[in-house]
Amino acid sequence: MNFFSPAHFCTKKFWTQNTFLSPFFAYLGQVGLLALESFHAIFTGRIRPFLVIKQLVEIGYGSQFVVIVTGAFTGAVFTAQIFYQFSTLSMSSAVGPVVCVALFRELGPVLTGLMVAGRVGAAMSAEIGTMKVTQQLDALRALAVHPVDYLVVPRVMAMLISMPLLVTECVFFGILSSYFVATSLLGIPSIYFLQNIKRFIDGHNLVMSLAKGFIFALIIVFISCQQGLTTREGAVGVGKATTEAVVICSLCILIGNFFLTMALNMAFPAGLR
Amino acid sequence: MSPSLSSLTPIIEVQNLRQHFDTQEILHGISLTVQRGETLVLLGRSGGGKSVFLRHLIGLIRPASGKVFIDGQDISSLTERQLEPVRRKIGMLFQDGALFDSMSVFENVAFPLREHGERNEKLIQEKVAHALQLVCLTGHDQKMPVNLSGGMRKRTALARAVISQPACILYDEPTAGLDPIVSDTINQLIRRLQKQLQVTSVVVTHDMTSANHIADRIALMHEGKIHFFGTLQEFHASHDPLLLDFIHGRSYEIE
Repeated sequence: MNFFSPAHFCTKKFWTQNTFLSPFFAYLGQVGLLALESFHAIFTGRIRPFLVIKQLVEIGYGSQFVVIVTGAFTGAVFTAQIFYQFSTLSMSSAVGPVVCVALFRELGPVLTGLMVAGRVGAAMSAEIGTMKVTQQLDALRALAVHPVDYLVVPRVMAMLISMPLLVTECVFFGILSSYFVATSLLGIPSIYFLQNIKRFIDGHNLVMSLAKGFIFALIIVFISCQQGLTTREGAVGVGKATTEAVVICSLCILIGNFFLTMALNMAFPAGLR
Repeated sequence: MSPSLSSLTPIIEVQNLRQHFDTQEILHGISLTVQRGETLVLLGRSGGGKSVFLRHLIGLIRPASGKVFIDGQDISSLTERQLEPVRRKIGMLFQDGALFDSMSVFENVAFPLREHGERNEKLIQEKVAHALQLVCLTGHDQKMPVNLSGGMRKRTALARAVISQPACILYDEPTAGLDPIVSDTINQLIRRLQKQLQVTSVVVTHDMTSANHIADRIALMHEGKIHFFGTLQEFHASHDPLLLDFIHGRSYEIE
């Protein structure tokens, strides 16, 4: 049978014995089942408020410095670059809206996602992975506590609350630094900068960045927890799980971002209406 | 053992349990019963699958084939959530304690109480203090597991296993790596729990001193099967060479 023939794609063998596809779908299934189990636990009220608050401090409060620095310097650099390109076309007053659109729609959510994946995703998989290899997960189970309820649910709740706020924070500090760089270093009159932002930017941009933040939160928390829960072979395994968590989360964020951009731009078109 | 006890349904019944990891077969069809209130000691060589067997009794591993009944209920086909009520009846002491390393000794021991809905902080403190006293750890309650010795960690884990007063406790090598005096404390404790609270115990060990001290019945596991199953007296009266090797610690390697 020809590999590319439609009949070949319909065979069971193609989906179950393909060396690339079957592990991919198995992994997708595992992450999906973990998500299902977690949301089932959340909706049946197996939430431990104390643990959620602890994770909120860890994830949300603890990530602020990283996210603010990322946002501020991305905003500053982007402003300078756009200014030097646009000023040759005498369009320097358009710097404000361009930076804002980029920060709201792409840079804010994606960079926050990547920073949080590196900081929080790694910590999650290392923590849960260490518990796995030192039998603490088995101890939880033996004490009639479901590991998903105790470890995953608080992290999911904390991520879903924190990520949209962190994205907003990143965007806010990005625009703030852009404003200072544009007005005080590059000599763009403040009134043009602000007026053009007002003209081109509306609430849809915020909705888009929040939606992306929300979805990236899900990607990070479920992939990292899944990596932790399936850790094997001691310290080496924990290292591997952590690295894989960060790599897979980052790739999923970058790839997922493209599809999200396509979908969300259909819902909320950019520019003047 | 009294006849009235043996006439009740056994608390644990295992039927033809088989398990393999990848291609390596660990358990080759194990069947045994544990009566209410007795202490069963499971002997066997290191790496012979004793711990794997013990993990089946609390549903941490699902049998490849065969059945495990706890209190007459088949647990081999239950889901993780359905297993929760069964697990509340059983306590387990892991080989190296498996303490939660982000919590202090006090929090570790209080964990089962808090998770099972106890909110009265004064009662929790009393119970934890009592459990720590049982394992001679009074005064160490604010230490973190990382600052404890191996023996103290094991005793903390034992306090955590007994605090919610389960009907049955599974011990994985309770005395391995402990000094003889602490070992004896643990042996006494297993005996006392059995006498005072009629706790059923399944103890995996290769410590013959401990076995002699606590066992009502002994099972010897060899090559994934139960080689011998009988009372302590029968065990010592046997002339089976394998049993004798075990009792006297002989290996037949050329010197």
